[in-house]
Amino acid sequence: MSTSRIFTVLALAVLIAFPLLAPLYGMEFYISFVRRIFIYALAASALNLVLGYGGLVALGHAAFFGAGAYTVGILATEGVDSGLIAWPAAMLVSGLLAFLTGAVSLRTRGVYFIMITLAFAQMIYYLFISLRQYGGEDGMNLYNASQLPGLDLSNDLVFYYLVLAILVLALFLFQRLINARFGQALMGTRENESRMQSLGYPVYRIRLTAYTISGAVMGLAGALLANHNLFVSPSLMNWTQSADLIIMVLVGGIGLLYGGALGAFVMLVLEEILRNWTEYWHMPLGILLLVVVFFAPKGLAGLVRIRSAVDPAKTAGLAKEQP
Amino acid sequence: MSLILITEQLLNGLQFGLMLFLIAAGLTLVFGIMDIMNLAHGSLYMAGAYVAAETMQRTGSFTAAIIVAVGVTALVGIALEILIMRKLVTRDHLAQVLGSYAVILIANDLVKMIWGPTPVMLNMPAMLSGPVELLPDFLYPAFRLMIIAVGLIVALALYAFVTKTRAGVLVRAGASNRQMATLMGVKVPVLFLGVFTLGAALAALAGSLLGPITAVQIGMGEEILILVLVCIVIGGIGSIRGAFVGALLVGMVDTAGRAFLPMLLRNVFPADVASSVGPTLAAIMIYVLMAGVLVFRPSGLFPARG
Repeated sequence: MSTSRIFTVLALAVLIAFPLLAPLYGMEFYISFVRRIFIYALAASALNLVLGYGGLVALGHAAFFGAGAYTVGILATEGVDSGLIAWPAAMLVSGLLAFLTGAVSLRTRGVYFIMITLAFAQMIYYLFISLRQYGGEDGMNLYNASQLPGLDLSNDLVFYYLVLAILVLALFLFQRLINARFGQALMGTRENESRMQSLGYPVYRIRLTAYTISGAVMGLAGALLANHNLFVSPSLMNWTQSADLIIMVLVGGIGLLYGGALGAFVMLVLEEILRNWTEYWHMPLGILLLVVVFFAPKGLAGLVRIRSAVDPAKTAGLAKEQP
Repeated sequence: MSLILITEQLLNGLQFGLMLFLIAAGLTLVFGIMDIMNLAHGSLYMAGAYVAAETMQRTGSFTAAIIVAVGVTALVGIALEILIMRKLVTRDHLAQVLGSYAVILIANDLVKMIWGPTPVMLNMPAMLSGPVELLPDFLYPAFRLMIIAVGLIVALALYAFVTKTRAGVLVRAGASNRQMATLMGVKVPVLFLGVFTLGAALAALAGSLLGPITAVQIGMGEEILILVLVCIVIGGIGSIRGAFVGALLVGMVDTAGRAFLPMLLRNVFPADVASSVGPTLAAIMIYVLMAGVLVFRPSGLFPARG
């Protein structure tokens, strides 16, 4: 067994055991907290597909996150409680939004791509703010969790294990996708777009596919978050949320399978600790981020596995000439 | 819809556009010259507004408020450039996004520590708080007229600086081809410090001028930053002319959209549809504008690097 596999098994064992052990130490509250980490880990991993493996700095992924959450919320208000309908619907809506906006955005490069993804996200954000029958700016409450056959999501443990299972499955599928021809081609477009073009790869289509898959998984994460919070609001889609997700990926390790998950874990735990410690928790967080920028340019996972890490400077359209 | 109302909204759009330009000018030059994606530019705008509010409260003079705000923020800009931005130059855009986002977090908490979490007041100078009769029956707030005047003067001065002076030539050279400029002997780091400081001062000017008509509060920098980014992307990054055209377009479209769209929709759709769709459409107009521009001109209207 390789070291990384041992780590994986160990981490999984700890995460499975956690909710069973937590009550013994009076830490029940943290079951829900860790579940939130899983959801953000799923979202950050989805973003990592385009950001890390595709080299595309998308600054609007929170919109797909929020759209997924809203799909569940709106369906619930309209009387559709079944998760078997609502969750795939969330993936479909977010995937479709990603496909449509990606089709336009992917025509641009570099900073312009960052900005146009942001623009579309802001459009979607304002669209949901305007849905007054669904709470408008104040958001809306969900009165029940989604109904799944045989699973009671209002039970903290059941929901915890379901989210964990979804996260593990998603990471497994991402790994398969990245190791498959498609993933290799995607990384090829990140390293050298014109070479891939000359080799006959449909660069645009590859990127759009990755963007759509990423959007759909964001939608699933959003659906989970709607059930987790039993509340959805447009603030989920604000651009600062997109920036937060990017930061999770960067901190964890861009273009590494566990980068998103690790980043979500580190950032949310840090936030929790700092928030309990001081009212001014943004400042130490900002200082830590600066430390990461200056001293760990490849993220935390990059510190451990430097050789397999991506060189972020090579991300498509972002390579900079040295002055 | 009367002609007076339209003129009034056009003036509002011009006023907003000029303020956006003041902020956009610094950001686009920093982008253009150093290729640095500085999300913290909005924090300089916020700093300007807060320092102006504080000075106004202490001295009661709006002129003093503007001067102190511009001076202090310029110093903050110098510190920021030397401590952080300078080191991000050789890094990719992602690192810059992360680094400057960290600055936003720190800046917001610093402001919260100094001035508290609630918005502060920046009062209008009494002399300018009334309306002016521009035409018979057409009253317009004096303060907004002053903003337009200042904005136009600064825009003209900036234009003259960039096109007519030697320093301006260097700025343009740096923006259009940094490597070539370096090879020709331009001291790009010095140039960059200068441009960054100028940008900070202009953002502070906009902050202290807009302070009395918008809320001086934490997070005001991020709100305006997005609009400003839209302006410079529409105009073409690194281009002063582009920033000017982009800012006026965004200012006009945003203001006109908010003022007229709900009204126009009411003529076509039932009132309840119009009242819910109108504000949304108005809010997303500028993003539609940006997406539209980028689809046809992927590097903006006036790309600085041909």
